Order: sequence, then structure tokens, then C-alpha cells
Amino acid sequence: MTVVSSLFTVHPPLYLPHVSISLASRLTDPAGLVARVGRWTTDAARALADVATWRPLLLEQMRRLGVDSVPIAIFIAVFTGIVLALLSSYIFTGAVPLYFVGALVGKTVMMELGPVLTGMALAGRVGANIAAELGTMRVTEQVDALETLAYDKYAYLVVPRVIAATLMFPIVTSFAMGVGVASGWITATNVLDLSTAEFLKGLKQFYLFKDIWFGLVKSASFGAAVALMGCLQGLGTEGGAEGVGRSTTRAVVLGCESILVLDAFWALVLL
Amino acid sequence: MIRLERVHKSFGSKVVLAGLSLEVPAGMNTVIIGGSGSGKSVTLKLIVGLLEPDAGRIEVDDKNVPDLDREELAQLRGQIGYVFQFAALLDSMTVAENIRLGLVKRGLDEAAIRTRIEESLETVELSGQQERYPAELSGGMRKRVGIARAVALRPRYILYDEPTTGLDPLTAAVMDRLMQRTRDLGVTGVVVTHDMRSAFTVGDHIAMLHEGVIRQVGTVAELRATTDPVVRQFIEGRPDDVEPHPRRSVS
Repeated sequence: MTVVSSLFTVHPPLYLPHVSISLASRLTDPAGLVARVGRWTTDAARALADVATWRPLLLEQMRRLGVDSVPIAIFIAVFTGIVLALLSSYIFTGAVPLYFVGALVGKTVMMELGPVLTGMALAGRVGANIAAELGTMRVTEQVDALETLAYDKYAYLVVPRVIAATLMFPIVTSFAMGVGVASGWITATNVLDLSTAEFLKGLKQFYLFKDIWFGLVKSASFGAAVALMGCLQGLGTEGGAEGVGRSTTRAVVLGCESILVLDAFWALVLL
Repeated sequence: MIRLERVHKSFGSKVVLAGLSLEVPAGMNTVIIGGSGSGKSVTLKLIVGLLEPDAGRIEVDDKNVPDLDREELAQLRGQIGYVFQFAALLDSMTVAENIRLGLVKRGLDEAAIRTRIEESLETVELSGQQERYPAELSGGMRKRVGIARAVALRPRYILYDEPTTGLDPLTAAVMDRLMQRTRDLGVTGVVVTHDMRSAFTVGDHIAMLHEGVIRQVGTVAELRATTDPVVRQFIEGRPDDVEPHPRRSVS
């Protein structure tokens, strides 16, 4: 039996702005944060065994966290592809053959900007959604109600969200990759003085299968981190509407920070 | 039988319970009265294991709740219904789905679940409201659905947290009748309230919680006749600076 609310309470110095709350708390009590996250992760892992509780909820969460996020991911990918094509053309002009635009757009979208920008956007959308929903449930005693009905709150609330985000982030990211490369190609062939054959030549020349799975592995870890941060902050909410707002802000900030840390980690490990 | 022995609970430097001891007789409604912030709701949450005490024993059916592991606690919660102050219905679910939630966990088949939902809604006089969402219900209706959700589980105990707070007198009377009805079905009730009219209506025993301990416990008649000035002041609803009224009735 764990009193989660006391574990997750973060007491930032009052003079710091909200955006710095997560960083400030870790600087002032890093061991405490590690202990809280560790204990919480252990509880969540134990809930994995309660398949009968979380499995019926998984599809709905996959739709909410993944399918509903596709439009925003595509929107970001379209403009990323356009900017990358124009930027690379500007950099390469006179120095590097222009068909390298295809290489740069492909590599950058698949390995870095696709996963990271999509992850950041979903940290806002998914992380905030989870933290606000669970935070509201917490302050209105709906989480307590679940527990009195003999449900494990981790199995019911956390596991389906974390699994759904881990599975759906790579799928959403793969859409973003495709759209990003396509918008780069359309830009290159319509705005720049580049043919489709030249763009594809650049794209193929440096393409490795690893480029795709590297991006997808990263995005799966981003999904897990964003959902975990949202759940952690949501279930730790205290103090009504203001508390829900604080949790939501923290979830987004922590989600984005986690993405950047994981991005560096995967670059070190896999490249 | 629910028994609390020398229970202590603090939140930071704020001491809420300072050695509370109380026995809840089986098959009766025990009402815990006390001022706002006196620890009444905390006591309920300790009984059902939502909070852990700093010290003391909380026994339900001779099992010390803080000692139970997750499985045992889940089993115990199967015996206890909990009616929250603001109902705590899951707002993404309909009335029927809210009641269904606890029944599914008990492994009942679909036909039995449907029957239980209909019966429990009939008990709280909300038949035909299955498909409505909590946001579409009044406060009183939400609380009655909360009772239906608890009653549907056929628990041995029901804990009521401020069941009549914020309700109009008629709806409060309906709630009182429901608590009496569940008691008559053999369910042991623990009712937390500061509504004295409700306490005297539904209570078989009344315990006054004051400064972290039980100040007085007794039958309704004993509480009405109390000479303890603190209890008397509370049940008369008299502020500190007002002298007791000699002719004032607490009924």
C-alpha cells in the first residue's frame, strides 16, 4: 500500500517560475526524486501482471493517445520537410551537389526531427491530456473510488496509457517521417531546381535501414517517458484546479526534458 | 466488526488523529460527528486502507488493515462499500457503467451484473437513469448513484462520507432513508457527518470526534442528554461566544 500523493509532492521554492519547477525540485532533492520515481515505477511494473484490468482499456487509449495525435504530427512534419529542403539548398548552393538535399531531408527527418519534433508535440498533447485527466480524477476522489472498488490504480490508469503511448508514438512518428520526406521532395521539385530523380538519388545514397528503426526505437521510448511523466504528475496532484494546472505544466516540461535526455542517450548507445 | 485502537495520523506538523479508539457494532449505523477538519473523513480512509496510520491498529473482521498486502487489501475492499462526499463517480462513464465497474471486478456474469444494476438503482429510486452521465445528474442524484454503486456490491460495511452535505432538506431526507434501509438489510454503516438532524435520524450510535480523539460515544438518547459542554455545544450548533439557551431543543 503506497500513499502516492505524499511521494509525488514537489515543493519548489516560491520565487521560481512554474517552468523551472521540475528542474528546481531535482536540484534540491535529486535522491528523493529518484526514490519516488523508482518506487512508483516498481508499483507500475507490478500492475503489468494485472492483465485482466488493463487489456480492455488498451485499444481506447491507443486511439486517444495515438490515432487522435496523427493530424498534429502530420502538420509538423509537412513544415519540417519544407524548411529542411529550403535550408539544405541554401547551405549547399555552390559547395555541394544539390541532390544532397534528398540525403539531408531523409536522414534528418528519419533520425532526428521526425521523432523529436513529433515527440515534443505529443508531450504537449498527450502528456498534458494524461496529467489533466488523472489530476482531475485525483482531486475529485475518482482515483480513491477506483481503489475502494478493489482496482489497482496503476493497472487501471497507468499501464494502459504507458503501453498505448509506447506502441503508438512510433506509428505516429512513422507517418510523420513519410510526410516529412514527401513534403521535402515536393518542395525540392517545385521550389528548388531539383528533379525527382535527383532528390531520390540523394535520398537513396546515404539511406540505411538503421535510420528508420533508430528513429522508431527512440520514439517508442519517448512515448513511454511522456506517458509516465503524465501519469506521475497526474496521480500526484493535490489542491483542486490550481493543482491540476501545476501538474499539467510539470508533465509537459518533464516530458520534453525526458525526450531530450533520451535523444542524447540513444545517440550515444546506438550510433 | 470494525475496531480502531489508539490511532494516530498527522499530515506534516498537523496532528489530525491523536489516539482515536472506536468500536463499530455490527449491523448498526455508527455516526461520527465533529467539526470540519476534525479527521472524520481521514478516519474513513484509514478504515478502507486509502491512508496509512502513523500508529495504532485498525481492525476490520479481526484483520489489521495496515498489515494487509495488496491482494488482501483488495479482498477486504470487496466487503466495504464507500460513499464519497461528492459521489466520486467516474465522469467518463454512464451511471450503469459506474455501478458495473465494481461488479466486473467480482467476476459476476453479464446477466447477474445487469440484475444487480437494476436492483441497486431501484433501491436508490433512480430506475431508468442507467444511460445518463454524472454531469447530467443533480448533486443528490449523484450521491444516490454513489450509494447504488456501493449497495450493488452487497458489502458487509458501508462508509458514508458526508452523505447529506450540500443537499436540500428533502433530498437529505431521502439519503437518510437510504442509509436506514441499508442498515435494515444488515449492512454495518459508518456515517461521517456534521448534519445533526441526519445523525440523530440514521444513527444507532453516535461518536463525537474532537481534537483527534473520541470525546463521547453513545446512543442517540445518551448524546441528546449529554452534559459534556463540548458535545453539547456542537450538537446545539452554538458558537463559543453564545451562552447555552435553556429551552433550546437539540431535536
